[in-house]
Amino acid sequence: MKRRTFTSLVAGLSMAAGMMGTTAMAQDDMRIALVVKALGIGFFEAAAEGAEEAAAELGGVEIIYTGPTDTTAEGQIEVINSLIAQGVDAIAISANDPDAVVPALKRAMDRGITVISWDSGVAEEGRMMHLNPSSTPLIGNTILKLAADHMPDGGEVAILSATTTSTNQNAWIAAAEEVLPNYPGIDLVATVYGDDLSDKSYREAQGLMQTYPDLQAIIAPTTVGILAACQAVSDAGKIGEINVTGLGLPSEMAGCVESGATKSFAIWNPIDLGYSATMIAHSLATGTDPSGEIPMGRMGSVTLDETGSAAMADPFTYDSSNIDDFKDIF
Amino acid sequence: MTKLLASREALLMLAIAILLGIIAWRFPAFVAPSNLLNVFNDTSPLILLAIGQMIVILTKCIDLSVAANLALTGMVVSLINIAAPGLPVIFIVLIAIGFGTLLGMFNGILVWKLAIPPIVVTLGTMTIFRGIIFLLTEGKWVNSHEMSDSFKSVPRTDVLGLPILSWIAIAAVILFSIVMTRTSLGRAFYAAGGNPHAATYAGINVGKTQFWAFTISGAIAGLTGYLWVSRFAVAYVDVAGGFELTVVAACVIGGVSIMGGIGTVFGALLGALFLGIIANALPVVNISPFSQMAISGGAIIIAVIVNAQANRTPGRIILKKAEHAT
Repeated sequence: MKRRTFTSLVAGLSMAAGMMGTTAMAQDDMRIALVVKALGIGFFEAAAEGAEEAAAELGGVEIIYTGPTDTTAEGQIEVINSLIAQGVDAIAISANDPDAVVPALKRAMDRGITVISWDSGVAEEGRMMHLNPSSTPLIGNTILKLAADHMPDGGEVAILSATTTSTNQNAWIAAAEEVLPNYPGIDLVATVYGDDLSDKSYREAQGLMQTYPDLQAIIAPTTVGILAACQAVSDAGKIGEINVTGLGLPSEMAGCVESGATKSFAIWNPIDLGYSATMIAHSLATGTDPSGEIPMGRMGSVTLDETGSAAMADPFTYDSSNIDDFKDIF
Repeated sequence: MTKLLASREALLMLAIAILLGIIAWRFPAFVAPSNLLNVFNDTSPLILLAIGQMIVILTKCIDLSVAANLALTGMVVSLINIAAPGLPVIFIVLIAIGFGTLLGMFNGILVWKLAIPPIVVTLGTMTIFRGIIFLLTEGKWVNSHEMSDSFKSVPRTDVLGLPILSWIAIAAVILFSIVMTRTSLGRAFYAAGGNPHAATYAGINVGKTQFWAFTISGAIAGLTGYLWVSRFAVAYVDVAGGFELTVVAACVIGGVSIMGGIGTVFGALLGALFLGIIANALPVVNISPFSQMAISGGAIIIAVIVNAQANRTPGRIILKKAEHAT
């Protein structure tokens, strides 16, 4: 009973505030709220940096970087309610739960606020579009390209995955196998599974080196696997002979890049992601038709698929030239 | 009795030899001496933990928290290394052993003083230890570039052709072989598990003996924790996830009776080597990853069946003339 009165009170207040906000806003900057899973996470701080970059480029845009202090859906709902009350123009959210935040976001859309999700999506009815950092085909192609780029004469590569049942990894590997014919001379000799355990991944990497003495690259599309493979290659003294690549986080991979075991690796770039989300939120809020192409500044443009989502770009490649800029970020 | 023990271990050695033969047939380079040394080195953490586990199992207990203890101690020393990169590694090793000992004592106290079943205690502490790692780090990883070079170098440094990690395992095998056969504490472990009532009458405090078993297991797990994180150069919450079951399996294969009272350090060593050889061989013999788990599991069951056969003591007939009467 108490709770209900409180909610209706909040709703009433927010409605009032929302109306005041709309009137006061006309001559103000456009305000775009970047709602993240939790404050204080390097990945999202970097995304906020990208959002500021987009705001500076667009001009007349104010970024409100906010989120709960812990990764809960309840916390995000409170944040959304307060944003509705402030009468922001757009909300771009990386959700802690795809469904729990839907009612609050619907309320926001009812008030004329543009709502999009990025990184971690919201169910279709709770947003106007969703921006994925990348897509399965793009990732599959990227991990193969990372290896092929350092093998001008072709040669043998092997994949070290997580478990045999990991949905993401299996989809990426299937996508990589599909584009294999585009890389003549590259021979995918084996796919092994390290179960995302460092000791098993390490042994599997050792096994690959023994079974395929001519192996030139190990592709590990998992953070545990890529680190373990990099350590196994270093310990075997094969730095320079075997390039360990795949998907990893800069903060974790800095040592591998420094030792030379990894020439390059990829992961989505949070700065670009924050930038693109802000660009999209801005164009939708200024009346761009979501069914057509949506521009996102320097990142090009996207077209939504039937579920209202789009993929930003290839995963971003990190190597010795830029790892130091990112290793403290995420 | 000694004859029986000898035959059980001989049987296991035979099984290992056959296993190596099959692998050599599929992949000859596996049995090259240098590779076998690598396999031994890779199996060293398992050997260490299996020795600790064996002592616990001897006293009719079980320690499911070894892998979690390893992970927590590994994380604690990693964090200490970040905070004080200049701290000499010998102190890191001592801290690891000391911290692991405390965690083991915690298990031991609960089992001894509160008489809670060991499987419940260690199932609980297993979760608690992993939880503490999360509290310490909020799920973040400690990565190779954050660890100092000396911290990472210890397990890899070669001494007389073998990495220190292997030497530690060898030293532990020798040390605990002596402890188990030549000290009163070692004999107390056997007595406390073999026949607790008789042990009590003989003046052995069974609870206290179990406490010391957990303490030793904890100390070894702590030391292994440091070796593990420095070898793989990464520490995170799920380090060695599920490894406690591999450790128990190594003991069982090695002829350690889960009912307590029976088992040797040499048996635990062989059991660990058996699993270590399988784990290292499967990636190179080109078997589908989907059947690898089934093969590991099958090997464990076969080994246990063979052990059980060897273990079976025929009932002794004390009344010859009554033999055919029933």
